[in-house]
Amino acid sequence: MNGRRRFLRDFLALLCSGGAIGGFLKLLPGSAHAKETVRTGKWYGYGVSVDKCIGCGRCMEACKAENNVPKEPFFFRTWVERYIIRKNGETAVRTIDPGAEPVPEAALDKSILRSFFVPKLCNQCADPPCVQVCPVGATWRTEDGVVLVNEKTCIGCRYCIQACPYGARYLSPATHTADKCTFCYHRISVGQLPACVEVCPTQARIFGDLNAAASPLSRFLRMNKIHVLKPGLNTEPKVYYANLDGEVR
Amino acid sequence: MNQDLMRHLAEILPQIQGFIYPNEVEIHWGMLIVVYPYITGVVAGAFILASLVKVFNVKEVQPLYRLSLLTALAYLLVAPMALVSHLGHPGRFYEILLTPQTSSAMAMFGFVYAWYLMAVLLLEIWFVHRTDMIAWAEEKTGVMRFVYRALALFSRDTSARGVEFDHKALKTITIIGIPSAFLLHGYVGFIFGSIKANPWWSSVLIPIVFLFSAIVSGIALVILFYMVITPLAGGKINMKCVDKAVDFLFYAVIVDFSLEVVEFIHRVYQSEEEIKILSEMLMSKLFMSLIVIQVMLGMILPLAIISVTKIFRHRFSLNEDLRKMLYFISVLLIQFGIFATRWNVVIGGQMFSKSFRGLTTYKMEFGGLEGLLFALALLMLPVVILAILLKVLPPWKEMLAEGKDGDGRAVGGELPAPGA
Repeated sequence: MNGRRRFLRDFLALLCSGGAIGGFLKLLPGSAHAKETVRTGKWYGYGVSVDKCIGCGRCMEACKAENNVPKEPFFFRTWVERYIIRKNGETAVRTIDPGAEPVPEAALDKSILRSFFVPKLCNQCADPPCVQVCPVGATWRTEDGVVLVNEKTCIGCRYCIQACPYGARYLSPATHTADKCTFCYHRISVGQLPACVEVCPTQARIFGDLNAAASPLSRFLRMNKIHVLKPGLNTEPKVYYANLDGEVR
Repeated sequence: MNQDLMRHLAEILPQIQGFIYPNEVEIHWGMLIVVYPYITGVVAGAFILASLVKVFNVKEVQPLYRLSLLTALAYLLVAPMALVSHLGHPGRFYEILLTPQTSSAMAMFGFVYAWYLMAVLLLEIWFVHRTDMIAWAEEKTGVMRFVYRALALFSRDTSARGVEFDHKALKTITIIGIPSAFLLHGYVGFIFGSIKANPWWSSVLIPIVFLFSAIVSGIALVILFYMVITPLAGGKINMKCVDKAVDFLFYAVIVDFSLEVVEFIHRVYQSEEEIKILSEMLMSKLFMSLIVIQVMLGMILPLAIISVTKIFRHRFSLNEDLRKMLYFISVLLIQFGIFATRWNVVIGGQMFSKSFRGLTTYKMEFGGLEGLLFALALLMLPVVILAILLKVLPPWKEMLAEGKDGDGRAVGGELPAPGA
């Protein structure tokens, strides 16, 4: 074998092995590189003050109106859960229905130990499993940390819906593509607040840039003990809860 | 369409037990995704059976060799149909091939599939039939002559050297093929096993359980086909061959069953936060499909039947018809059992809420793309394709030759009893 041939062979082998190793590394979750990069631009996050939520459900209505979410009760970008924990240890949970009659005050029922509302929405994870599994890259995380879906390329395989631990995704019956909370990306990119934050009468929902030195969100994170949902799954959620109860999953 | 969906979901609402996240009412992966792993499992299993002949030199199952290859091909051709038709946008399926995202397990499907189809199955089938196709081209006239010429890719070399090369190539392809078959179905298991959000799926054992259940279903199905097709083709069932194949099936079922038991014990013993809701699901929603069909009817009963033919082998060796019947019942039961396994993985994994507080339910529709009718059609389609393949590439010489290998030599000697 002459030199040129050997060089070609070695070069090809290098390309192949490099490609294989590179491909393998890309298979690994993005956590490693995600943490190392220093974020300088905007990095959006969200705060929920559990104690402030009164379960009025205006956020749910505002979200559906703002984002054309189907009005049927099977599709939600955000929803509010009501927890009733009884003295005997039983926990009853349901999603509140903003249109329905208000439920009786929990304080009247002596068998109830504690009761509270928990607003839920997409956690805009820093290490989103939905993005990892999308076979065509139709869902991705923007530079400012919001996970979006491109409805023009989504093939509707629903793998992302399966991969989301928080039940935050649904298949839009209108477009037959995956859909989810975008933090109202069309609003925040022009300096407005997400619709749910804007309408919340008690400021239980706080939105902001995690990199900003002074903002309602950074104040919220400074003043409260913070927890996130399902931290064990290492998805690094960016929806932060203050005073979250251990019963909440 | 949307109104149908809304009505469908509204019907499910009253059947929800406990609390589920509001977006979880709809079960997203339905019947078609149950069919998909079942079909790829058959592909992998049938190929493993074929490789028993070529790589491990199990001469007794030679009559099943070509049949199992053609079965694998027939089922492999249908596998992507189930996947594509369940997409929200079936017309965009090519995106998965053109712009795959390397971090996605699902995106690899196109490549694993193409590799298996092109590099393994079609190549092996071509080399197996090459000289035959040349011979058939000589016998036939008109269009069929051209068809066989084209199928043989216009090769005309029937020299000893050519045949020798065929054999060598076959050996190599099968050796590559075994890990590829493992890859194909292990990969399907990984699609489920890698979802950390779902504790019913998320397990390192899932790809391995998938593999062994694949081997079980593939071997059982080829035996079933052999037992049905041979009499139809006017031949006599070669019991030495069936006995041997059932032997391998028996071991595969034992391994599969043990793996599933290990996983079950592991889950129960570890008893993590999801255990309550999973056991509730097991005892209510999945009781019929998992405990009764998958475990009792699909595993324990066939295992018991085959064990009986082994334990009392002297008695059964005399009565071939009884043995035939018992085998037939066993492989049929195993098919239902494996189908139930797929059902329990796919549907079961979506029936409990990721809040671990409640269960939804799966209502199968009759018509429509996600319906029962279409699923049955997809399950029957490989049989139709197989019938066509058997017409074009008839394996009769090999299938009907009792106790002889592909070249007509007698093999195996006298076997006194099955399982000996």
